[in-house]
This record gives sequence, structure tokens and C-alpha cells, in this order.
Amino acid sequence: MSKLSATMPAALASENTVSLKRQLGRAERMKKLKYGALIAPLAIFLLLTFVWPISALLKRSVDNPEVIGALPATSALLSDWNGENAPDALVFAAFAREMGEIKGTPVLAGAAKRLNMEQPGFRSLMMKTARAMPPAEGVSPRDALIEADERWADPATWRFLARNATPYTGRYLLASVDRTYDEQGQIVRAGDDQAIYVDVLKRTFGMSAIVTAFCLLLGFPLAYLMATQPPKIANTLMIFVLLPFWTSVLVRVAAWIVLLQTQGLVNQALMALGVTDHPLQLVFNSTGVYIAMVHILLPFMILPMYSVMKGISPTYMRAALSLGCPPFKSFWKIYFPQALPGVSAGALLVFILCMGYYITPALLGSPKEQMASYFVAFYTNQTINWGMAAALSAILFVATLILYMVYTRLTGQQDAASKAR
Amino acid sequence: MHRIPSKVRPLAVAGAAAMSLLAGTAHADITVISFGGTNQKAQVKAFYEPYTKATGSKIIQGEYNGEQAKIKAMVGAKNVSWDVVEVESPELVRGCEEGLYEKLDFARIGPKADFIPAAVTECGVGIFVWSTVLAYNSDALKAAPTSWADFWDLKKFPGKRGMRKGAKFTLEFALIADGVKPENVYKELATKAGVDRAFKKLDQIKPHIRWWEAGAQAPQLLAAGDVVMTSAFNGRIATAQKEGKKNLKMVWTNNIYDFDSWAIPVGTPKKDEAYKFIAFASKPENQKVFAGEIPYGPTNLKGTALVDKAIVPELPTAPQNMKGAFASNTQFWVEHGEDLEQRFNAWAAK
Amino acid sequence: MIPAYATPLERVWYYAFRVLCGLVLVFLMLPILVIAPLSFNADSFLLYPMSGFSLRWYEEFLTSAAWRQSFMNSLIVSPIATLLAMALGTPAAVGLARIDFPGKALLTAILISPMVVPVVIVGVATYLVFAPIGLSGSYIGLILVHAALGVPFVVTTVTATLQGFDFNLVRAASSLGANPLTTFFKVTLPIVAPGVISGGLFAFGTSFDEVVVTLFLAGPEQSTLPRQMFAGIRENISPTIAAVATIMTVLSTLMLITLEGLRRRGERMRGEGK
Repeated sequence: MSKLSATMPAALASENTVSLKRQLGRAERMKKLKYGALIAPLAIFLLLTFVWPISALLKRSVDNPEVIGALPATSALLSDWNGENAPDALVFAAFAREMGEIKGTPVLAGAAKRLNMEQPGFRSLMMKTARAMPPAEGVSPRDALIEADERWADPATWRFLARNATPYTGRYLLASVDRTYDEQGQIVRAGDDQAIYVDVLKRTFGMSAIVTAFCLLLGFPLAYLMATQPPKIANTLMIFVLLPFWTSVLVRVAAWIVLLQTQGLVNQALMALGVTDHPLQLVFNSTGVYIAMVHILLPFMILPMYSVMKGISPTYMRAALSLGCPPFKSFWKIYFPQALPGVSAGALLVFILCMGYYITPALLGSPKEQMASYFVAFYTNQTINWGMAAALSAILFVATLILYMVYTRLTGQQDAASKAR
Repeated sequence: MHRIPSKVRPLAVAGAAAMSLLAGTAHADITVISFGGTNQKAQVKAFYEPYTKATGSKIIQGEYNGEQAKIKAMVGAKNVSWDVVEVESPELVRGCEEGLYEKLDFARIGPKADFIPAAVTECGVGIFVWSTVLAYNSDALKAAPTSWADFWDLKKFPGKRGMRKGAKFTLEFALIADGVKPENVYKELATKAGVDRAFKKLDQIKPHIRWWEAGAQAPQLLAAGDVVMTSAFNGRIATAQKEGKKNLKMVWTNNIYDFDSWAIPVGTPKKDEAYKFIAFASKPENQKVFAGEIPYGPTNLKGTALVDKAIVPELPTAPQNMKGAFASNTQFWVEHGEDLEQRFNAWAAK
Repeated sequence: MIPAYATPLERVWYYAFRVLCGLVLVFLMLPILVIAPLSFNADSFLLYPMSGFSLRWYEEFLTSAAWRQSFMNSLIVSPIATLLAMALGTPAAVGLARIDFPGKALLTAILISPMVVPVVIVGVATYLVFAPIGLSGSYIGLILVHAALGVPFVVTTVTATLQGFDFNLVRAASSLGANPLTTFFKVTLPIVAPGVISGGLFAFGTSFDEVVVTLFLAGPEQSTLPRQMFAGIRENISPTIAAVATIMTVLSTLMLITLEGLRRRGERMRGEGK
């Protein structure tokens, strides 16, 4: 462009440069618009099918709509109440009226279930109270409520109700790090029979770390071998890596059960070799889970390592060797640092994928091998405690996100692309 | 199968498949969800096939393990594709309160007096009486266990145990094994100390327990030698015995019985057909066929009278099996179920 | 291979290293090799030695209504989801390769994120959002999410292909008067086709093996082959499962061969260009 303007008469140049700039700017905008239009459909599609659902799920981890939705007027009055003395007649009246209105509806059941979650026994209190509402002619709401159950005479019951009648709550997120609110609303450690999630998260990280370590241990030599062989042999070896990679996870899980079961091939072999005289328990415990997970994730480790190692020129190693550096030392000092990007990319990828595993531990493990995903599924399906499922999801999601960001930093977009191949 | 991705072929296959699927789902067809395995097979023989023969409407079968989440989501979305569901009692009561299940009009099913009184509830009608018993593999044990205390006796009866993964019944059996009388079990479990006691008892055998989820797994685990004893649904063991696994035995002492019921999710567009199916399946002659396929007790009193004499001793309702048995306390599990299931899950994962 | 001047320790290491690699290869292949023969076993135990040869488990697979329907469902869901992922992912990858804008890295990360977000989260999230709008228990809901899971593979492989792509070709086409759509179909697409197809294969493989989202989103009518296998494995590992596993392994081998062919073709073409 500068060349172009240099050849022009000075007077014309300034005018033309401006219009040229404008034209170029317009062309650039057009191009952005055109190619932006190519990206937009996918962006919108993922927004609707992926980003929106996940955001909604994350929001659900702090949502607390049940009580406030069922008893809006009562909740509003309770939020102004000082919590000291018994609430005034207005609260009783609003509560009695609203309970009468929602009697026999899913709204009442939802609120009762939510309160029962905090304090077992509250479900039946709510159901029983609703059945006695609205108050009979001439009976004050206060008397009618206390008649239905005398717990309504106790300010503590109302304080409990008030605490749970807020639009948002931190209780699910707190519960997923083994914390809870006490009577005074202070954050305290949860009871021993509920405090498992820190352990579960530690277990999720621990199992992922062990699987990653084994994948590295088994994958590195193979990737190295493939990278140092002539293309023909390397391609054949690659088939051995890719075939399991392409085989359905469920097929491989089924195969490992067949191999590892009490009378399975592995036990038969071990007994024939005299290693053991009775069948070992190899599946439906941690052994089975680790074996299968390492098997499933190994290709994800080998492929990125291989693609980096393939690009390492053998001349450096040769130089080091010819200069008298011992083979192991020259490998460690010269080769390994060059292979490190592939190693860290593979390890992070395996670790990230491993953290989200659900199917393999569910089918091959005992309750003691279940990771965070299992508890998300449990709360979603079994006890329909979607707040808890959302809170555990949020923690798992954030952990994955952080590692994923590290991963993209590390490998750059380019390698994320080549990894798929 | 050709898997070379020509763009045309998958489309053609998909199109053809979609057409055949659409053609297969006529208006009067209904979806019935039950607890799979041999229980479902028996339902096919006793209810589904005769119903299709009698009415020409097909039945789409589905199976689940009692999770109510999908039903709740469907009802909430007013987009209900399950028309009839087999549910256990606590879930039925809870679902009825939460507005998941239709309040039933018994005029469309049959006179209430025909049924065992406890089988008639606001939102459900009993399908059968089932029972959770102690089952064992007689080849794997030198002596025969006779009680839940024996189930806990690892010295006398070495080997792995199977139990249903969940708090329900597991906690009851633990208390029974700890010496609590059946009539006091639920009183005990209603207290924090009682629940602690049950979990403490379970701790004794925890490392030896293989947990199962689907009813079909229990006889599988026994037959494969993976466990020597397990809690199991009586019908599943009986059908396994019928299939030649004679080494599987049942102990009826202190078994817990309950009903499974039919329920109709609120908002199904096929409510009339759902009623028609439930009325059909509740007929004594069909319940009789069901009991013959899998020994669960009929809920229709007239059906009880029809049942083959040879099967009667295998039913949970037979007098000798009822001795020392106790009913699952539905109200207790409605109140404490969610709490205890979560605590159980936390305990099991430790 | 091994030099004559190698020390004994180096020799031991040389062989030990190869034995170790051999064992890893055995570990990788063993499960796949073991399960196929058992699907032809005459009796119903999944144990060696086999008692005889029989096709009865394949017959059971083909005659059982539940297995057949789930197979059909997989043949409906996976191809449509794959086509959708290809149709959305290919233009997006082209767009991303051509323009720069603030937040591009973030957008790319979001487009690729379905590959790394734990599937359970995707399953629960879509289930809770789709259920109220009637998309759970439907083919459409399942296809949409499977497509979302497949998109990153299409985007990444096409992006990779475009790295060797000379965009002057596009400029040439436009300067000769072709409109952008024509340019895309006549110039860009043929060149990136191998990337699109291999991305599509990955998307298909992902959908065809997907079970977690299906567990949450599918009703009994939409049960897919992996979903049916999951239920089967959980309940009782029968030889029918071995038969299904064998069929699925044959399918994945075919996919692998196709992909390998594509890759070699791509290498040849690139080789000619140099």
C-alpha cells in the first residue's frame, strides 16, 4: 500500500488514501460479516443445546424456589420478622390462607420435600397442617394452626421456615464441600454421615492422577518406539493403538468383565501358572476400574505424545552420544525435554477426560470407586435432589474448565486440532 | 453393514426406520414401564400379550429401577410418554402427594372389595405382593443359613454377600440381625440412634457386600458364585429355580413384603387406554397367569382363589411364609426415604 | 538395529524395552480379541474353552425386539446427528480460519468444549432444560445433543485441514466473479472434504458410542444400542452382548480403515503439492 501511494502525486494521495482506507475498512467489515455468518449458525446452535442448559444447571445450584414459590406472602412477611418473639397474627393469617390454597397440589409437596431435606419430619408437618386449612369459621388462623400441630406455637419452627424462604441458597454448594448452616445460620462442618464430598472430589482427582500415571508409564515407551521406527512399522503399530481407540467403550467394558471375572481368562491363566490357587477378585473393585480406564484412555495419551515425538530430530541425541554423554543421561537431558509438550498435553487430556468418567466405574466398580459424576447422576435420578446434582456439577465443571484452560494454553489451538487425529 | 459414509445411505436407512417406527405406534398403543427382567417377562405373558390379543393395541415395554426423576420431569413438562407405570409403595404415595400420579377412579378398574384392602390406594392399584428374602447358593455353603443373623455371620458362612443398593430393607435387615423384633424395626429406625445402630451393624459386613440394583442381578450373582448369600426378590429366585438352578435356596424368616402397584402419570394423553390396561391386568384370570409365571401373590382376591395349588406355597402370601414376615412401612419410607437414601449412598461410598 | 559397540546393559535394555512395548500392545488388543470368539459359543457361558460353534446369539440379537429397535434407533440418531454436526461445524471452521476478532479464542474454546465437559453434566443439564419444553424422550432432543457432542471433532479436523489451505484460491474464485456460496461449494469444500469426512467419522463414532446423555434424555422408544448394552451389562453379561460387541467392533474397524485411507490420500496429495 505504501508503495502504491508513493507512486501517486502528493495532492491526490491524501484524498485517495482516505477513500482507499475506507474501502479497505468496508471490505474488511464485509469479510468479517460474511465469515461471521458462517460461524453464527454453529454458535447459536451450541448456545441453545449446550451453553444455555449448562448455565441453567449451574444457576440451579443456588436456586431455592420451592418455599418462596409456594408461600409468597408468608415469605415476604417472614423476611421482615425479627425472629425473636412469636410472629404476629398477620403471618399466621397469611400462612393459613396460603396453605389452604396449595392444599393437595404439587406446589405444597415440593415445598414440603424441600423443608424435609433440612429437617426430617417436616414433610408430614406440612401435609398435616395443610389438611387442617383453611381454618373453620370463627376460629383464628393462629389457633387453627396450633390446633393442627403445636409446633406452630414455637418461634423456632417459624425461624426454620424463614431461613428456607429465601430465593437463593448456598446450602447445596456448601453441602458439596461438606459444609452446612447451623441453627444460627453460621457455616459449620457437616455431620460425619453427610460429609463425603471432599473425599469424593479427592478420590476423583486421585483416581484420575493414578490412571494418568499408568497411561504415561505404558504409553511413553510405545509412543517412543513408534516415533523411532520406519514409517511402515510405525503405521502398523498405530493400528494397534487406533483399533481399541475406535472400539466402543461399552464393548471394552464388557470384554474386561469377561476377562477379569471369577472364572475368566485372566484368573484361569493365573491359576494355571501357579500364581494363585484360588480365583482373585479382579473386577467390581478398584482393580477392574483402573485396568479398564487405563485401557480406554491409553490411546489419548499415546496419540499426542507420538505426534510430538515424530517431529524430534534424532541428530541431537546422536550428537550427545557421540560427544560421550551416556545414553540414559542424554535421553533425559536431550530427548525428554523436547518430548515434554506431547507428554503434558497427553497427560492433561487423559486427566480431564478421566475426571468426568461415569460409565466405567458404574459398571466395573463398587460404590467405593465412584467419582463425582456418579453422585451427580444419583441425585438427579434417585432422590430427585436437583439442587445437589447442580452443585456437584458446578464444582466438577469449574475443575474441568480450569484444567482445560491450562491445556489450551499449553498446546495452543493447533494441537487441539491435531489431537483429534 | 457398509460403513463407508456415503451421505445418502444413512439418510435412506434413517428414513425407512423412522417410517416403520411411526407406523408401529398407532394411537391406542400404550407404553408400560416395569421393573425389567423375569418380572417383565411374566408381565408380557400374563398381561401384555393377552391385552394385545384382546384389544389389538400394542404395548411398548420399558424398564426402570423405580427412579421417579423421569416421571417428575415428564409431568412437569406436560409431555408424558409413559402411560402406565409399576411403582413401589413409598414412591406411589409420594408421587400421589406431589401430583405425579392420577387419582384413580375405581369404577373404571373393578370393585374395590375385590382387592386386598391394602392394595387399594388413592393413586394406585396393587399388581402383586412381593417379598424380599434371604437367598443362598447351597453348593457354596456347608450349612444352610436360617436367619438374617446368619447372613451377618462371616465365620460360620464365609463368602461374599449380595444386597440391594439402597437404604430400604437393607437397614431393616441390619436391625433384625442385630436382634430387633420385626414389630419394633420402624420404631427403632425413626430415631437417630436406631439408624446409627443399623449402619454400625452394616459396617460389620460392608467389605464383603456386592451391591446389586436390578432384581435380575441377585440370582445371577448367586449362580455365578460371585456371592454365597444375598437379599433377593422371592420371584426372581423362584424363576431361576424353575430354569434349573436348583442350588439356589430361599429363607423366608423375617422377609419383608410389599405391593407393587399400577399408576398412571398425570397428563398422559392415553388415560382411557391406561385405565383399560389396568382393568385388564387386574382381572383375576390374568393375575393367576402372572402368579404362575413368577410366584408373586395376586392382589385380586378372586385371583388368589384361582392360583394353582402347587404354586401357593411359593407365594409371599402363603401362611408358612407370612410367619415372622413383616410389611414394609410405607409411611415411614415416605417420610424418611430421601434422607436415608442419601445417607446410605454417602455411607456406601466411604 | 542395535550397534555392535553397545554395552551389555544397553543390550538388555534394548530387548526389555521391546518386550515392554509388546506387552502394552497385547494389553491394548486383548479385550477386543477375546470377546469376538465367545459370541460364537454354543452354550450360554462366556467362558473358555468354548463348547462349540453356533450363531444362535446373533440370531437372538436379530430376533429380539428390544435389541432390534435399539439398533434401529442408533441408525436414526447417529447419522442425523453426524450430518448436523458436519453441516454446522464445517462452515464455522472455515469462518474461524479466515477472520480475527476479539474473543475468538474464547469462542473457539466454547465450540470445542463439548469434547471436554463431563458428559454427565451435559446429560443432566440438557435433561433438565429439555424436559419442560418436551424435548426429553424425543428423537429430536437426543439428536441435537449428540450433534453438539460431535461438533468439536468436525471443527478441529476441518481447522487442521485448513492449515495447509491456500486462501488465494478463494480470492481467485471471487475475483473471477463467483459468489461466496459458489466459492464455498466449488472451491473450499472439495479441498477440505477429507477433513470434513474424518471429522464426521469422529462425530459418528462419538454418537454411536454415546450412552450417558442417552440415559438421561431417551425414553424407552429412543433407547440406542449402547444404552441397551449398558442395561444388558449391568444386569447380566450374556453371549448376546458378546455378539453385539463383535458387530460393533467390525463397524469400528471399518471406520478406522476408511479414516486410514483418507489420511493416506491426504498425505499423498500433500506430497504431490511439494
